[in-house]
Amino acid sequence: MSESSHYAPGTHPDLPPPARTTGMVGWVRGNLLSSPLNVALTLLSIWLLWSILPPAIHWLFTEAVWTAKDRKECWALMDAPRDAACWAFIRGSFELFVYGWFPEPERWRVNLTFILFIAAIFGGLRENIPGKKYWLIFAAAYPFIAAWLLLGGFGLEPVGTNKLGGILLTLVVAVTGIAFSLPIGIALALGRRSKLPALRGVCVIFIEFIRGVPLITLLFVASTMLTYFLPPGSTFDLLMRVLIMVTLFASAYIAEVVRGGLQGLSAGQYEAADSLGLSYWRAHQLVILPQALKISIPGIVNTFIGSFKDSVLVLIIGMMDILGLGRARLNDPDWLGLAPELYIFISLFFFISCFSMSRYSLSLEKKLHTGH
Amino acid sequence: MNQETTPVSTQPRLDPSDAKIISIKGMHKWFGDFHVLKDINLEVARSERIVICGPSGSGKSTLIRCINRLEEHQQGSIVVDGTELTQDLKNIEIIRSEVGMVFQQFNLFPHLTVLDNVMLAPIWVRKLPRAEAAEQAMQYLERVKIPEQAAKYPGQLSGGQQQRVAIARSLCMNPRIMLFDEPTSALDPEMIKEVLDVMIELAESGMTMLVVTHEMGFATAVAHRVIFMDEGEIIEQKPPREFFENPEHERTKLFLSQILHH
Repeated sequence: MSESSHYAPGTHPDLPPPARTTGMVGWVRGNLLSSPLNVALTLLSIWLLWSILPPAIHWLFTEAVWTAKDRKECWALMDAPRDAACWAFIRGSFELFVYGWFPEPERWRVNLTFILFIAAIFGGLRENIPGKKYWLIFAAAYPFIAAWLLLGGFGLEPVGTNKLGGILLTLVVAVTGIAFSLPIGIALALGRRSKLPALRGVCVIFIEFIRGVPLITLLFVASTMLTYFLPPGSTFDLLMRVLIMVTLFASAYIAEVVRGGLQGLSAGQYEAADSLGLSYWRAHQLVILPQALKISIPGIVNTFIGSFKDSVLVLIIGMMDILGLGRARLNDPDWLGLAPELYIFISLFFFISCFSMSRYSLSLEKKLHTGH
Repeated sequence: MNQETTPVSTQPRLDPSDAKIISIKGMHKWFGDFHVLKDINLEVARSERIVICGPSGSGKSTLIRCINRLEEHQQGSIVVDGTELTQDLKNIEIIRSEVGMVFQQFNLFPHLTVLDNVMLAPIWVRKLPRAEAAEQAMQYLERVKIPEQAAKYPGQLSGGQQQRVAIARSLCMNPRIMLFDEPTSALDPEMIKEVLDVMIELAESGMTMLVVTHEMGFATAVAHRVIFMDEGEIIEQKPPREFFENPEHERTKLFLSQILHH
């Protein structure tokens, strides 16, 4: 402190900050050993890791069996039966888990659908990509291309929706719900804030009704009750009914998240857009929604992740998504008792999918941050 | 504040035969039960510059916000450049594209760069080609003396710079009338002058201006008329010199004594 008196007023130079403990040692001392309690917690953590990790690695990898024709053969290959994971079960069922009962000669269509899915995601979401406009058109058209590829018709062998299963079915349910719930949810959020009482009323009733009823109930409605309302003799595909219910359910939640984002904007933004002569739709397209959606990203992605995981509920009405199919496979006499392997596999699938969405939303938030 | 600025013109009125660009007759407005504007009668000539002052809550901001329909009046009539403000949405959009507004809180669009902020309305309302809009936007940014900030986002600018961008954004629509709602009230003292200078330059170019402000130096320098409002009424209106030197009404005197001697 006394050093500052060496400088005449107005001549004080910029000095470096006081020396701190930096680097690896500094981090360890600061974060792991800063107090007696911290030292104790650090030691406890090391002990926990020491006692959990080696057996876990042993079970998951080193001792695990990757090739076998049934569980007996699996166990025979281990030091002791049931001592480690039998991944041969997952490997042997992998095609079934991925494609369901999709006819084998037509499985290239599933693969193509998946490749196009990746392309639509990357092309639609990447900012600096040449021909951005065409990528967006492609991404918007993707659900219809995918429906054509999967269900056939128009020159492709038709495949019944009852042939869909496993990861394919899970992705169809989840991606449909996610892709359609965003535009519907935005429309509902705008409707709920509309100045027209009738429109506002319809949106409020819809949102509150859907949010007030469990998804499982809606799925039961889809699988049983809807047929009562349809003209006798008409068939309305079960999968289609389920997709509609899942989409409506997610839309109601998205609507509330987006409404929160809309309320986060200052009235000044609306007034500035109005005062420039922008119409309602232009103002929302150019000024209001870009900002409101940016604020809503965490909530929107949260809802997406929620609906991705909720897609497993379709097993309750007898649809064989990855969880339903996996559980059915557990009853196979060859693979009885291999539940841990199955659930680890399914958890990993869901974790990778949801974690990717979460990371993407974080990077999106960072990119859209414009310093205010 | 800006006493050193040379007065542009202080003649009381422009040519009285000139068509009125704004004509407000017997206008009333309520917020719920609260009577904010009471029997407002105001005629504004082309190129006239009016400063509106008064204590907070006197309805001065509400009055200019009625002129571009950010607020709706319930009684009386407002005619802007020959078009009456009614429920007709198309009329409202036309009037808004002819009337620029500058806000106390700037209200720039934070997700767009400065250039995009200024180009937005010319592109989407005036349907200007992008390149042309960009060129025009740069001209206006030069006019408010910040062309070098064009690629930045509003959040990276100082308050004074943001307010100048907001002025450029309004000017880019070639408005016939500019409304200013306390444009310097949210600024740090050292930034007030840079904004007032831009406004004075604009006044010299012959723009019709209605300015809600307490910057009495600005009023003296450029206003043709100063309007004093209190409790929703126009109490007094006079050319600035007369207004400051010779206020008639008791409330005007009290208000002036409060803002000039402290």
